[in-house]
Amino acid sequence: MNSIAIIGGGVAGLEAAAKLSKQGYAVTVIERSKCLGGRLTQWHALFPARKPAEPLLLRMISEIEGNVNVIMDAAVTGVEKDDDGFAITISNNRMITASALLLTTGFDIFDAGRKEEYGYGIYDNVITSVELEETFRSGRPLLTVKGNKPARIGFIHCVGSRDEKAGNPHCSKVCCVTAVKQAIEVKEMLPSSEVFLFYMDLRMFGRHFEELYKEAQFRYGIQFIRARLSEAFENPDGSLQIRIEDTLLAKPLKMSLDMMVLMVGIQPQKKPGNLTDMLGLARDTDGFLLQQDQYAAPFATQIPGLFFAGGITGPKTIEETLTEARAVSAEITNFLKHRENYASHEPYLMEL
Amino acid sequence: MKQEGKKKLWQEYQKEIATNNFFYVRSCVRQNFFPAAEQTFLRIMRESLGKTVRENPGHTTCTGIGYHCDVVPFNTTMTVIARQFALMTEAGLENLAVSCITSFGLYTEIIETWKHFPETEAKTREYLRKATGREFSIPTNLAHASDILYKLRHEVAARAVYPLVNQTTGKPLRVVEHIGCHYSKMFPHKGVGGAEYPYVLAGLVEALGGEIVDYPERRHCCGFGFRQYVVRANRGYSLSCSKKKFDSMEPYKPDLIITNCPGCPYFLDRWQYVISEMQGKTYGENGHGIPVFTYEELAGLVLGYDPWDIGLQTHQVSAEPLMIKMGVRFDPEKKYQGKNGVNMGRPKKPSHLRIDMDEIQQTPVTGYPIQMTI
Amino acid sequence: MISFGYKIQTDRQIDFDSNNRRIFEFVKAGEPSIDWCMSCGTCASACTAAITTEYSLRRLIILARRGEEEEILNSVHRCRFCGKCINACPRGVNTRNIIYLIQLAVNKIAKHEI
Repeated sequence: MNSIAIIGGGVAGLEAAAKLSKQGYAVTVIERSKCLGGRLTQWHALFPARKPAEPLLLRMISEIEGNVNVIMDAAVTGVEKDDDGFAITISNNRMITASALLLTTGFDIFDAGRKEEYGYGIYDNVITSVELEETFRSGRPLLTVKGNKPARIGFIHCVGSRDEKAGNPHCSKVCCVTAVKQAIEVKEMLPSSEVFLFYMDLRMFGRHFEELYKEAQFRYGIQFIRARLSEAFENPDGSLQIRIEDTLLAKPLKMSLDMMVLMVGIQPQKKPGNLTDMLGLARDTDGFLLQQDQYAAPFATQIPGLFFAGGITGPKTIEETLTEARAVSAEITNFLKHRENYASHEPYLMEL
Repeated sequence: MKQEGKKKLWQEYQKEIATNNFFYVRSCVRQNFFPAAEQTFLRIMRESLGKTVRENPGHTTCTGIGYHCDVVPFNTTMTVIARQFALMTEAGLENLAVSCITSFGLYTEIIETWKHFPETEAKTREYLRKATGREFSIPTNLAHASDILYKLRHEVAARAVYPLVNQTTGKPLRVVEHIGCHYSKMFPHKGVGGAEYPYVLAGLVEALGGEIVDYPERRHCCGFGFRQYVVRANRGYSLSCSKKKFDSMEPYKPDLIITNCPGCPYFLDRWQYVISEMQGKTYGENGHGIPVFTYEELAGLVLGYDPWDIGLQTHQVSAEPLMIKMGVRFDPEKKYQGKNGVNMGRPKKPSHLRIDMDEIQQTPVTGYPIQMTI
Repeated sequence: MISFGYKIQTDRQIDFDSNNRRIFEFVKAGEPSIDWCMSCGTCASACTAAITTEYSLRRLIILARRGEEEEILNSVHRCRFCGKCINACPRGVNTRNIIYLIQLAVNKIAKHEI
């Protein structure tokens, strides 16, 4: 009986689990936290149409209920491979065996405290985009630490992305459109506030993203300033004074803000205990998992039967993650069918 | 502001600082414009703290000024610095105590260069041998003198006679700390606390009882720079940098400024006079200006040394109002008498800045009547 | 006052908090399409006046948003209303009306009406 183990119960893991269980396979999802959904649980509304995230999450969980074996609050401590497949040891000395293994462990978020000059963790009214989204989810009003409505909010793009010193020279892709979305949401919550976005570029790459940008400008009066922040300072009343270079005017500019939102980037998982290093998998130059060939074999590793998908190979939208999950499910299905036909258990490798 | 956030940052930028057996190298600017400052540092280390600090009168400038003005070639700088190291090695010492911030930055830069490009080190050894016959070892510990006082700050505080407290109000003195650019902006990990929130002077001030004042232009350069400053017409640029700092710190009502670079107090002290003559504007209370100290002068004052032995009479902005606030006992009559009691002469009175004791006496300090202590 | 042989230099930093954005507010009230502008510069690249003078509509709109009036006052009169910019704009901003309204605002400022 062919079974599949999926490590990581986020968007990619859940969707792949649903598709593979529909194919008739026995699927086990191993999730290290106490709940399913991964990064989707941190979203309130998804760009660009601002569709609420929670119904999507509930739908994905209901798809696997009863069809998939889910183990939560379990960390993977070891993986062994033999001719039949994989033996995965998880906390409390439990073991799962599977014919194929899918890694959907995702990514980490940049620690904004590492950009010392922005004052995250030091100044009162500096928050990250993740914390802002959490405020939307909670339904709480957006207030300064002193309990007042902020009159001026600034969003700083590219925090920890496109930054060699931060160790992340890559672009995190989704932060620009997230900033525009969150700016609109802030304006709806506080219509009399002034909202500024300080960007290097505006990466409105996806469908309807450019329209969202224009809507933010025209309907909401959000101000877009092409600028880079060098340092922030906290005034005695808790407001922030920032020093930026207005690049289109080629002049330095100083202004005050009541609140600053840092668009923190996406980075590869590197903390001790991460699966990539535990399994000895190769990383690409940007630190994310190396793909054998981005066109022909984007989800396969050198190890037959070991696949990956989703944020583990870099920043991507939820849409793209779902697409990858469906695609890798087809790959795994092919692998398992091919394996059944070959008595010699010849490894399944694409011609590269 | 969350202080724990700052403390977390400071933990990441710690450095090894030796505590004894130093070879001391002096600063060109500090010796010339603050003649007693380095002697005060040596007095603190040797007499108050019982440490061993050796010098060699044959040591020279590190060529920092010349190097930053583009008049001294890099090879010459490396060789001169190698000679300084050689004198240290010949004295049988491994810990270098550096008086000047630019020197500290330059020594750090040269050592890093030799580390990444070993052929430059080999060449320098050859040059030094050919020119002087000397051999050298790279110091095991390279510390700026302010790093050393930071490391020994609790020992200094234990011997404090006049802590940094306003005796009339009982509140800690409000101190602006200004770090020399070459201390940590180039190599953040070689400075205590890193480049964004350096802790070397903040730690010393807090140990001595003062309160650090943060203000928006804290990180701004005082404008010294060297290469533009040597031409008089360019000095407006330097002056404007310092003025930006003064304008920014003024609303926070600091009682004094402490710095660790020799050029910065020179500028921050003298430019207050120039601004007052050019624009009639003074900072601080009642036209007294904001007194500027180096770390060794302030530590000496706290330890109860005679202010005129520390060299405070050479400051443009008078330190007397601050000394009155701190309750320091001093004799105003001795201010312009040299070491041998000969009258050095009094400087001309500025148009707006109040520097003389009689003027200071006419204006209240912290709103309380002046109490002279002799 | 003593002359030391050098001057104190003025700050060229844009002081956003102190600046007066009256020109922008006046123009936006008359031509809301100014908010469609994304500073792409297609207008400036087509502009007749830009060839021989410092005039740039892309720059003027940004200056208006920042409240930096001096440069606007010195250059806005250079526009000849030829219409190349409104032809070029990829977002359909009514550039000619914006320039006209900026010039109107400048006149009103001179007469202390705004």
